[in-house]
Order: sequence, then C-alpha cells, then structure tokens
Amino acid sequence: MDIAHSAQKPSPGEPPVVSVQDVSITYRTTFEKVPTLKSAIVRLGRGERAVHVVEALKGVSFDVTRGSSVGIIGANGAGKSTLMRAIAGVLPPSSGRVEVRGRISALLALGVGFNSALTGRENVILGGLASGLSRKEVVARAEEVAAFAEIGEFIDVPVRTYSSGMYQRLAFSVSVHMDPDILLIDEALSAGDASFKVKANAKMAELMKSARAMFLVSHSLNAVREMCDDALWIHKGKLMMHDTPDACIKAYTKFLEVGENAFTLEDL
Amino acid sequence: MARSATDTADEVHVYEPHRAGIPPLVPYFRGLWARREFAAEFSKSGIRAANTQTVFGQLWLVLNPLLLALVYYFLIAVLRGGDSGGLPRLANLTGGLFLFTFVAGSMSSGASSVTGGGRLIMNMNFPRLLMPFAAVRTAWFRFLPTLPVYVLLHLLSGAGWSWTMLLSVVFLGYAVVFAMGIAALLATLQVYFRDTSSFLPYFSRIWLYVSPILWAVHDTAGQFGTLMAINRIVNPLYSIVGGWVELSLNGVMPSPTTWVMGAVWAVVMFVVGSLLFMSRERDFTVRL
Repeated sequence: MDIAHSAQKPSPGEPPVVSVQDVSITYRTTFEKVPTLKSAIVRLGRGERAVHVVEALKGVSFDVTRGSSVGIIGANGAGKSTLMRAIAGVLPPSSGRVEVRGRISALLALGVGFNSALTGRENVILGGLASGLSRKEVVARAEEVAAFAEIGEFIDVPVRTYSSGMYQRLAFSVSVHMDPDILLIDEALSAGDASFKVKANAKMAELMKSARAMFLVSHSLNAVREMCDDALWIHKGKLMMHDTPDACIKAYTKFLEVGENAFTLEDL
Repeated sequence: MARSATDTADEVHVYEPHRAGIPPLVPYFRGLWARREFAAEFSKSGIRAANTQTVFGQLWLVLNPLLLALVYYFLIAVLRGGDSGGLPRLANLTGGLFLFTFVAGSMSSGASSVTGGGRLIMNMNFPRLLMPFAAVRTAWFRFLPTLPVYVLLHLLSGAGWSWTMLLSVVFLGYAVVFAMGIAALLATLQVYFRDTSSFLPYFSRIWLYVSPILWAVHDTAGQFGTLMAINRIVNPLYSIVGGWVELSLNGVMPSPTTWVMGAVWAVVMFVVGSLLFMSRERDFTVRL
C-alpha cells in the first residue's frame, strides 16, 4: 500500500505542519513506584535524594511538511513515545519549542480504554469530547467507529471484556474517525489480524488525502517502509537520522548489527 | 504567529516550557469552558459505572447519608443521656450532614481524580482541572437526591417556612466553589503522595466533629470561648455548613461574619487549589 502516493503536497512557502525545535524533555521521577508521604518521611530520615533525572529527549529538531507520513523507529526506551506525547502536547518540553498546525488525533499507547468499566461507546464519546469535539459530532461518529472496528454489539459492552484485538481495533478506529489534521499512531496495529491491517492501511491512505501529516511509531520496520515517506531514527533520546525510510532503516539495522533478515523486519 | 493561506480555519499549537509554572489563565479557562461537556460526560459515565455495581443504585445515595444521620442521632441521644432532641435535632443533623457529605465526597473523589484518570492524562491534551471539577460534579449529583429527604424531615420536624430560606442557596454556592478548590488541591497532593487518600477519612471525620453538624451553632453560644472563636474563623465549614443549616432549616439570617467568612473561604480555597493544580499539572503526566 503506497500511502505516500495519495498524500497532499505542500504549497511553496508554507510553514511546516509540525516543527520541533531543539526540544529536550527531562523529567524527574521518584525512586519508588508509588510515592507516598510515608516513604517521603522515611527518605528524609535517611537523607536520600528523592528523585532521579531522566533525559527522555535531548535537543531533537526536525520539521515535517504537509503530506508527510513519518515513521519513527528506534529501540525500546529510545524516546519515541515521549516524542509523540510532546507533539500531542501531553508532555511539555523542558526546553525548546514544538509548533503544531492543526487538530491532532493521538493514538498513543492504546489510548481508548480510559475506563474499562465503561462500554466501548462511552469510551469513544469520552475520548472524542476530551479531544475537543462537540457532543453532537461525537455521538454521530460513534456508530461509524464501531462499524469500522467490526466489534458489532460489543460497542455497548464494558471494555474490560474485550479481547486485545478488539481493543486495538476500536482504539485505531477512534483515532482515524476524529477528522484529524495530524494523526499520531503508536504501535497501534500489532494486534489486529491480517484483514484488519489491510483495511487499516487503506483507511490511512484515505486519511492522508485530507490529513496534513501522520506519525507512526512502529517496531515493524516493514510497516514503516510501506506506509511512510519520511523517517526519524531515535536512539537514547537523540535524533540520529532524519531521512527516507529506506536510509533510516538501513542505518538502524546496521547499527543493531543484525542485518536485514525477515526476522528483523517483523519484530524489531 | 505566521499562518499560511491554506491554513485558514485551524489552530496553531505552540508547546514551550513554562518557567513561571502557571499557564496563561485566559486561554486555559477558555479551554476549560470549551470542554465542559467532557467533564459532564466523564462524571455521568462514572456515576453510571458505579451504579451498575450496586442493586440499590440511586436509592443507596439517599440511604447512605440517611443511615449515617440516624447513627449520629442515636449517638447524640446516648451522649446526652436519652435526650435525643427529637425530630428538629434530626432535621438539623441531616441538613448539615448531607452538605458535609457533598464536600467530603468531593474531597475523596477529587483526590483520586487525577491518579485514577491515568490513561486519559497520558494520552490526551486537555486542561487537567476538568478532572477534579468532574469529581465535584459527581459529588453534587450524589448530593441532589438527598435534598428531598431533607425537605421531608423539615416538614416532619414542624419547622416553619420563610422567604429568607431561599438565601440558603448562596451557601450551597459557597460549598460548590469551596469543594472545587479543595478537590483540585487534594488531587495535586495525591499525585505526589499516594497515601493522601488514606489519610482523608480520618481527616474528614475530625472535620465533621468540629463543624456545626452534630451540634448546632446556637447550642454553643457562650461555650468553649476562644476555641469556638478560632473554629469560627479557621474552619471553612463552620460558616458554610452553619449558614446553610441556619437559613435552610430555621430561616434565621446568619451573622455578617458567617456570610463573609463563607465567601472568603470559598474564594480562597478555589484560587489556591486551582492555582496549585495548574502550576503542577504539566508534571502529572510523568508522575502517573
């Protein structure tokens, strides 16, 4: 599926749709998984430092023009999801600047299951309202979302009863039906079956006609190669390369020293 | 901000570090207002999800504070050696207790609103104050069904009616604004100290005892001296609950101090709570 083929072209002199300018994200995190007042007092008694600093992104800069579909590749913990969250405005940069033109629909780390006790429909409506759509718009879309996700009457059943495939199909369906200008997809399609993947790819191709840009985080290098016309390779918070998907994948796999065999293409 | 000719109808979002901590207030509150439907839906679906798990559902919302009121009623009767004070005392007790339950409910659900909304906060960009405010809305809709019960007790106790009682709505307003503030405050604390919500029940129990709920403002005239004078100033619920009960039950106009202290506490708590929340909210994502 050649998505890039159907994409819009930027008009001359048009500012980039997404501009990431020397962005660093540093956050301090506590030692314990669950911070409590008790542990804070205990720590104070021992004279320990409460936090350690995580540098998730270091001085990342790039521009994305209209009509691009950008694949983001890199090892676990490289900062791919952090970058997506920065573009979505969920994680503010510690330094630098992110400029985004248009409405974002984010599909970050399976973002639909806000409340597993609620039904699929309620989750869809909540997600749409949170992303700034009006109630009317969201209710009208809920049917469409359910139909595309092929979950049938399960739309009115609590999300906790869903299989992981249903869950991901619904999550994907929600984000592509919110009329996004910019679509962020984080590892969305790993659980969908083959036929849904075909359908999803077709939908993304259709979206690229109207959307301004798409970002796809994936460990499947094949998916990036097929669906993207631009790629970023991130390693330990640094932008290593911003080039065509082929060039980035080649450099990345070489970096990993495993070579481009079929195993790598599917599972890295 | 430069915009191209093709980018007509859309927003340009700029994300930059905020050194001062507090985001620009006007756009923030505009965003908050624009997504009020989300807060309402969030609260509604929360109520629906909770109601499906109990057989009693709505009925339980009324039964719970009413049973609590009866327990305290008997407690008072025991402590006073059999003098329960009859229905007027029970009406007084329920009036105060129902409003207190609203504030305490806002506190407990507000405290867990951010930490409990993990996925939403990790994945969506919206003004986070919506979460504690939605919690207050939930507590409010749990409070509303108790009002008819209060009116019924009012009737049974033989208390009169007067136009001044309508003014009690002002104290309900104080309570709502105050609850929004304290919910935001506790939501912030809960992110940093996850045991906040474990301390809350003890805290609110003590708060219940020092507020004019189990005792009436006019009971204590001339008693406890300085302590009560301090309580009157430092305990927000002294004015808010006290004023509400005095007006709604007895039709007695509260003192000017009660009016002023209630308003001051409501505004101060709202401003402090929401500013603290807003100054920390960008940190929430990495701490969940």
